[in-house]
Amino acid sequence: MATPTSTPTSTAPETAAPETIAAAPPPPRYTEIYSSGLYRRRRVTNRAALTLSVTTMGIGIAFLLWILWTLAVRGIVALRPIVFLQSTPGPGSDGGLINAIVGSLLMIGAGTLVGAPVGILAGTYLAEFGKSGWFAEIARFVNDILLSAPSIIIGLCVYAVMVMRMGHFSGWAGAAALAIIAIPIVVRTTEDMLRLVPVSLREAAAALGAPRWKVVVLVAYRAARSGILTGVLLAIARISGETAPLLFTALNNQFWSTNMNAPIANLPSVIFNFANSAYPDWQKLAWTASLLITLSVLVLNIVARIVFRQQKAG
Amino acid sequence: MSAPASAVPVAPARQGGPGGPDSPDGVPQPFRAPAAAGGRAQRLADRLFEGSTLFFAIVVFSLLAAILLSLCWGSRPALHRFGFWSFVTSREWNPVTERFGALVQIYGTLVTSAIAMLFGVPISFGIALFVTELCPRWLKQPLATAIELLAAIPSIIYGMWGLFVLAPLLADHAQPWVTDHLGGWPLVGSLFQGPPLGIGLGTAGLILAIMVIPFISAVMRDVFETVPSILKESTYAVGATTWEVMSRIVLPYTRVGVAGGIMLGLGRALGETMAVTFVIGNAHELSASLFMPGNTISANLANEFAEAVGALYTSSLITLGLILFIITFIVLACSKLLLLRLKRMEGRPS
Repeated sequence: MATPTSTPTSTAPETAAPETIAAAPPPPRYTEIYSSGLYRRRRVTNRAALTLSVTTMGIGIAFLLWILWTLAVRGIVALRPIVFLQSTPGPGSDGGLINAIVGSLLMIGAGTLVGAPVGILAGTYLAEFGKSGWFAEIARFVNDILLSAPSIIIGLCVYAVMVMRMGHFSGWAGAAALAIIAIPIVVRTTEDMLRLVPVSLREAAAALGAPRWKVVVLVAYRAARSGILTGVLLAIARISGETAPLLFTALNNQFWSTNMNAPIANLPSVIFNFANSAYPDWQKLAWTASLLITLSVLVLNIVARIVFRQQKAG
Repeated sequence: MSAPASAVPVAPARQGGPGGPDSPDGVPQPFRAPAAAGGRAQRLADRLFEGSTLFFAIVVFSLLAAILLSLCWGSRPALHRFGFWSFVTSREWNPVTERFGALVQIYGTLVTSAIAMLFGVPISFGIALFVTELCPRWLKQPLATAIELLAAIPSIIYGMWGLFVLAPLLADHAQPWVTDHLGGWPLVGSLFQGPPLGIGLGTAGLILAIMVIPFISAVMRDVFETVPSILKESTYAVGATTWEVMSRIVLPYTRVGVAGGIMLGLGRALGETMAVTFVIGNAHELSASLFMPGNTISANLANEFAEAVGALYTSSLITLGLILFIITFIVLACSKLLLLRLKRMEGRPS
C-alpha cells in the first residue's frame, strides 16, 4: 500500500539535482517552491484531513470502550449468584433473572432451530441451483432488504399473523419473530460461503459419479462448514439482543415459566421494563441483564470471527 | 460369459464369489442392480433436494410479501376511518378520543435520522479513510473489528447507555452551552432552544449516529478497497497528497458505492427502535427545537403497541408500521441498487 504521507523527505534527493548543473541561471530551489502558498495550503489541508481521520477513528473506538466500561461498572455491582438462582423480583424485594435467562434461551433456541435450516437451504438454492436466474436475483434482493428491515416491523407482522389469531401473546410468537430475523443472515452467509468453494471440487465429485445432492451435501457443505457455522453464530448473536419484536409477541412474564404457549420472560423485555422503572433495585438488575446480554453477544461475535478465520485458512 | 449366464439358475454356486450372489446375466450384483435402482433413487433424491432448497428460497421471498400483506391488512380499519392522506398529515394522537395522525412520528423519524446522517457520515468516512489509507497493516484488522463490534452491541444497550449516561451529560454540559451560543442565531436558533432535558430528538439523533457508523464505514471501506491501486499509485506519483488522492480519485471513483453505504445507514437509522425509545421522550408534540422530547414511528410502536386497546388504536399503530416499512423499503432498495451498479461497473459477478 502506498502511503507517502512524508512528502518532505521524498523531496530531499531532488534538491541536490539542480545544484549539480553548473552555470545557467539557477532554477528556483525546490525548497522555495515547496514553502510557497500553494504547497503550504495543500500540505496543511492534507495534514488537517488526516488528523481529522485519526480523530474519527478515535471517536469510534472511544464510544465502544465507553459503552463497555459503563456496562462493566454498573453491571457487575448487582452480579451475584442470586441472579442465576431466582426469578425477577417484585418492586422492593430481592431477586434474580433466571426466568428471563431461560425464557430467552428457549426462544433463541427455537428461533435458531427454525431459522438456521431454512436459511441454509434457501442459501443453498441461491448458490447452487438458482445462481443468476431471475428468481434468484429477486430472492437475493428481497433477502438483502429483510436483512436491514426494522425488526419492530417483523414483530408487528408476527403480531398480526400469530398473536391476533391465537388471541394471546406467546413464546412461540417470539420465537417466530426471532426466526424471521435470523433467516436472512443465514441465507446471506451460506450463499457467500458456498460460492467460495471452488467449482473444480464440485466437478471432481460429479466426475466420480456423485449425484447433485451428494455433491452439495457431502462436498460443498463440508468445504464451507465453518463459514456456514459463522453465519449461524452471527444470527444467534443478532437475535440474542433483539428487543423490539419481542415486546408484543412474547411480552414478558414476572414468574418462572417454560410454557412457550404463554407469555414468557426474556432478558431484553426485562431490561426495557426495569430500566424505565423508578425502583433502583430494578434498574440495577437491568444493568446486570445488559451486561449478560452484551457479553454473550460479543463472545458469539468473536467466536464467529475465529471460526470464519479457520474457514479462510482451511 | 454368455453361455454360463443362461445356465445360472442351474448352477448358481459356480460364479458366486466373495461379491455375493450374482444377477441372472452374470454381472456381479454390486456393480449392476443397485446402480440401476439407485440411479432412479438418486435422481429422485436430486429432485427432492433441489425442490426443497427452492421451496425455502420461495419462503424467504414470500416473507417480504407476508410482512407487507399483514401490515396492509392490519391497517385497513385506520385507513378506512381516516384516509391515508389525512392520517399522514394530522398531528393529533389521542387514544381517548380515538383521533390518530402520524405527522409527529414521521417528523421525528426523519429529523433523528437526518441528525444521525449529519454526524455519522463524516465520521464513517474518516474511519474508512483511516483504515484504507493511513493505518499500519497490523493494526487494520483489530481496528476494523472493533468498529464492527459497535454494530454487535444490542440496540437496547445503546438505549440504556443513552438514557443513563449520555443524556445527563448533555443536559448538564452540552445543551446549556449550545443554547447560549447557537440559540440566538437567525434561522437555526430555534433548533437549539428549550429546557436542557437531556432527552429529545437531538439526543436520539446522536445515538443513532453512533449506531450507523459501523454500517456506513464498513461499506465505504469495502468500496474504497475496490479502487485499482494503479490509479492511486499514479496519482501519488505525480505528487498528490493522501487527501488529494482520496478526494479526487477514490471518492469520485466510488461515489455510487458510498451513496449506497449512506443509504444503508439511513435505512438502519429510520427503523432503529430500542435505542431511540429510551431517549426520545415519547411526546406527541411537534416542536421545532431539537432539545424537546418528540416521537418516532418505531419508538411509538414500542411504547404503546402492547398496551393498545381497541381495534382502531391497534390499527393506527399498524398503519404507522406500514408507513415505516414503505419508507425503509424504498431507502434500502435504493441502497441495494446503487451497490449493485457499482459491482456491475467493476465487471465482477455480484
